[in-house]
Amino acid sequence: MRVAATIARRRSVIPGFGMTLGMSLLWLSLIVLIPLAALFLKTAELSFSQFVDIISSRRVLHALQLSFGLSLAAAAVNLVFGTLVVWALVRYRFPGRRVFDAIVDIPFALPTAVAGIALTNLYAESGWLGSLLVPFGIKVAFTPLGIFVALVFIGLPFVVRTVQPVLEDLEKELEEAAASLGATRWTIVRRVILPSITPALMTGFALALARAVGEYGSVIFIAGNLPNVSEIAPLLIVIKLQEFRYADATAIAAVMLLASFLLLFLINTLQRWSEARTGKRA
Amino acid sequence: MSDFDPRAATAGVATQPAQRRKVDVRADAPWVRRTIIGLTVGFLCLFVVLPLINVFAQAFSKGIAVYLAALQDAETLAAVRLTLIVAFASVLSNGFFGLMAAWAIAKFEFPGKNILITLIDLPFSVSPVIAGLVFVLLFGLQGLLGSWLAVHDIEIVFALPGIMLATIFVTFPFIVRELVPLMQEQGTEEEEAALSLGASGLRTFIRVTLPNVKWALLYGVLLCNARAMGEFGAVSVVSGHIRGETNTLPLHIETLYEGYQAAAAFAVASLLALLALVTLIAKSALETRTAKE
Amino acid sequence: MRISILNVTKRFGGFTALDQVKLDIRSGELIALLGPSGSGKTTLLRIVAGFEWPDDGEVQFDGENALSHSVGERHVGFVFQHYALFRHMTVFENIAFGLRARPRKYRLGEQEIRKRVEKLLDLVQLGWLAERYPQQLSGGQRQRVALARALAIEPRVLLLDEPFGSLDAKVRKELRRWLRMLHTEIHVTSIFVTHDQEEALEVADRVVVMDKGRIEQVGTPQQVYDHPHSPAVHEFVGESIIVPVTVEAGDVRFGDESLGLDPQGISNGAALLFARPHDLTIVPSTGDHRLKGIVRRIHGIGPARRVEVALGSANAETLIEVDALRAQQFRVGQLVGLRADQYRLFPAPKAGTPT
Repeated sequence: MRVAATIARRRSVIPGFGMTLGMSLLWLSLIVLIPLAALFLKTAELSFSQFVDIISSRRVLHALQLSFGLSLAAAAVNLVFGTLVVWALVRYRFPGRRVFDAIVDIPFALPTAVAGIALTNLYAESGWLGSLLVPFGIKVAFTPLGIFVALVFIGLPFVVRTVQPVLEDLEKELEEAAASLGATRWTIVRRVILPSITPALMTGFALALARAVGEYGSVIFIAGNLPNVSEIAPLLIVIKLQEFRYADATAIAAVMLLASFLLLFLINTLQRWSEARTGKRA
Repeated sequence: MSDFDPRAATAGVATQPAQRRKVDVRADAPWVRRTIIGLTVGFLCLFVVLPLINVFAQAFSKGIAVYLAALQDAETLAAVRLTLIVAFASVLSNGFFGLMAAWAIAKFEFPGKNILITLIDLPFSVSPVIAGLVFVLLFGLQGLLGSWLAVHDIEIVFALPGIMLATIFVTFPFIVRELVPLMQEQGTEEEEAALSLGASGLRTFIRVTLPNVKWALLYGVLLCNARAMGEFGAVSVVSGHIRGETNTLPLHIETLYEGYQAAAAFAVASLLALLALVTLIAKSALETRTAKE
Repeated sequence: MRISILNVTKRFGGFTALDQVKLDIRSGELIALLGPSGSGKTTLLRIVAGFEWPDDGEVQFDGENALSHSVGERHVGFVFQHYALFRHMTVFENIAFGLRARPRKYRLGEQEIRKRVEKLLDLVQLGWLAERYPQQLSGGQRQRVALARALAIEPRVLLLDEPFGSLDAKVRKELRRWLRMLHTEIHVTSIFVTHDQEEALEVADRVVVMDKGRIEQVGTPQQVYDHPHSPAVHEFVGESIIVPVTVEAGDVRFGDESLGLDPQGISNGAALLFARPHDLTIVPSTGDHRLKGIVRRIHGIGPARRVEVALGSANAETLIEVDALRAQQFRVGQLVGLRADQYRLFPAPKAGTPT
């Protein structure tokens, strides 16, 4: 029979595909892709040796090491304490549990500048906590230790919120089965529960790490911002910009962006791993 | 494994009812419970509650009069105005395009969909400073388009447009991310039904799709707004910190704080802290709402 | 409204869902598309509706090409398997949706719309639920609302995609009967898709048996049950006993025995004998041309008994199930004969050809 032109070829009965996809791509390009491309174009203006020179200068290296090192440490602390917190919130009932559950979201919702000045004031030698530490000779504000505290603050919700749904949906039958087979409580935790939430834990860790590496507002008030001592990489970028040393700023940003992309890729992989393990999206 | 034998425990106590010890195999030992809860409460209080309380304590440390004066200061009001405008622009633009993107992603299958989703998530993983930097590289005086803009006397960086662009960048994924999983879960059947009943595409979208996602949309708008109002790093790079002109509220806080007007800085900060609390309360209200549906 | 489906073909990637399908549906009839999953029946329904487009072929409504119209323009009433009710609208609003969605020019006044919706609510006997939301209704109620919603736009054809598939058995039976009554009242051309042959045979005027993207047979329920044209139809519609036999020189043989049956025009070679469990009668074995076998198991199902009989030799057994009256007595291990009152012979499929 006639094939033809009388048959309307359509992709789907639902309308609007072309328009919505087109507009989305346009917006994405304008706001995200083209600006990011500008970064890469500017980076490309540097020769490879120029790039390496900038990155390996003492100040830049130190800033990168500081940022990544402290972020790792803070994410690790959040991994440990985040696990405890999510365990308490999901498995236990105690007065004020709902309130504490909501409190976990505060570092995520609070503007970074507000957090920055609040933490600085708290840990300064005249502050509530800072003054308690003075007799021990521990200085938090204006030192790398202060940066560490700020990074722990802003990374706090990530492990908890990532693991929470997975822990909540864990089949209790698994634990009951293990117990009926003679396992002690500790064995059950170690062999049954932890493996199920490990992908989510790793994802939360990676998310906290990614956030900490790029953090600016919460940190610059409490950091001493002394070059080679307590200067984080994002601050160095800003300083270079103010000095109109665009090339330097671009090079450092490129390194950080590369790290961000790698972390993003890692996070996506971890999320898929978690989904496969438990059927839940972490 | 416990070797508790109920019969042994009651042997010789025939007049008492047989003891039954409830053992919840999923419960932890009491000392473990207490330790973990203690550590949790301690950790959260130390790292979250204390700083939050500190904001308000410092804001009122010089008395209510100083607090109110700080809020009514001309520069503060200018910052409030600017912040509201920028947040409004972000919510509006990202809401509109977010709905479009969510429609394209949730209702259709096409190659490269995963790449699109990853690209949309990009602003999340980029440092806010870099977000500001890219716009300076694009529109700044030494930037790619710098000379062209100077010739045409258009100001983007160190002016409102730049601040808006940087904020829109940073808040780009919020609304899409809330909409997509929900719309994917809801599928396309209701839309197909509406079309079969003679409704146009637009009518279907407005009458059938939108009402089904209204809470997720509202939630995304709230998150987008909160982030837009509180954004610091990206705006800091792009704004030039011109007092009274290109200072958003977070930048104004920084200006006050560095200018040794701590109480005033905390007063303004308390506004944003309140906004954060309101957002969180609305968030749990919405969550209980969607849980009920 | 008459519907003509002419040589419709549809492929999904490498998979052929419909292969040159040809069907004529008469105005006002209630026709069932019956088949196993993957047979293409739902795809065909969705093509008629306008949710899919064929790669080849034509669909005509009253002689006019339907494919150049979108689903909304075709004026069909579609009822989904999972209802697809608008969850944030009341029952009333759901039913009124199609009427309110018309462009201003063709839209009825609110008064008129209200009257129509109320009439439909009466028709489906759900007037008392008008202000409820879909989540507050049972499955059966939701499906009736979906039907009322589809009927509201006075469609030219009613298309139902496994409408009772998600409901439990009792509700299914009730709704089946009710659909039949509704059709007698309203008389709109209706096509419904089902994999439940009992449903198709009970409800439809005509049954279209489909398998692997092709139409195997079209006929009344009686025709399709009593005179299946192919092994696929015989097997899918009603229960089947299948016995491998050979046709030789006008005789039907099982193993070495001649069965004394008419080969029904099948040429010499391997063949399959199809019968219904109630078409074979167990008779005492007397040793002449007859199917013989040993009783393996007897289990009672309702008024009749089911007797499992093993035919053939020990190393090439064929196990069949035959209906027997409760009054008849058998022992496990007993040798019995089988008389075929009604049967169908089909050539055996060639080796390597999927049945």
